[in-house]
Amino acid sequence: MARVKVHVFLKPGVLDVQGKAVEGALKGLGWAGVANARVGKLIEFDLDGVEDPAAEAGKMCETLLANTVIESYRIELA
Amino acid sequence: MSAAVIVFPGSNCDRDCKVAIERSTNERVEMVWHQETELPSGLDLIVLPGGFSYGDYLRCGAMAAQSPVMQAVKKAADDGVVVVGICNGFQILCEAGMLPGALLRNAGLKYVCKPISLEVANGQTRFTAGYQGQREVVMTQGNGDGNYFADAETLARIEGEGQVVFRYVDNPNGSVADIAGLQNARGNVLGMMPHPDRAFEAELGSADGATLFRSIYAAA
Repeated sequence: MARVKVHVFLKPGVLDVQGKAVEGALKGLGWAGVANARVGKLIEFDLDGVEDPAAEAGKMCETLLANTVIESYRIELA
Repeated sequence: MSAAVIVFPGSNCDRDCKVAIERSTNERVEMVWHQETELPSGLDLIVLPGGFSYGDYLRCGAMAAQSPVMQAVKKAADDGVVVVGICNGFQILCEAGMLPGALLRNAGLKYVCKPISLEVANGQTRFTAGYQGQREVVMTQGNGDGNYFADAETLARIEGEGQVVFRYVDNPNGSVADIAGLQNARGNVLGMMPHPDRAFEAELGSADGATLFRSIYAAA
């Protein structure tokens, strides 16, 4: 069985309003050096019964977990 | 003319759409649950209503786009049936790949809920022919993720093909090119964030939505 972690972020060039809001809040709290804050998602699950967990996780990202028009994803296996 | 509204778990404008279309056109509208794999035969119009399908989890419309009924909706659209997605329905159409682009969080991070003025960007569509040259219409908007995005290449294509149907007069959410509604290249699939189903008689502040529904029926 594989433990799959999928990281999903908006692509560079797509406005990340949540990232901007977080960055503004951190700066407001005094951390003046904060830059390029981005808010993404981490989706974790166990995956059993497949030969190639990385390939299957890739298909899941393309089908549902990420919208590749606006998002990129990274798969981590453990 | 036969029409159906698809009901997803979390849809909340499904009945609004049914009432709006029935009162605008005097035709009956059926309701179809999202688990159906077949649509009623002989449909001319399918409406994907507004709401918060699947609680907007993951991404707005992402899970509804994978519902069993969507395969049938895609096939119907390929066969030329008219499909209209309103608000969450627009998000579902983009997630299903039936319209280009995607809807992002509103640029101001606020849920925007108010009557809104729209420019009829293309009056030559089956959806807007009924406006008969009327350049500006008013409908109510209510969404948190209505910020339309398409990359530069896609945007150039949809602009070139005249696929932009409605634009915001005063852009409330950061949508690229002020896009509030667009159709597919074939002209039988429309997605829009503002609600024609909330603007179908003067008592609601505007009857401009009724004209859109009548226009679809007149073109059928």
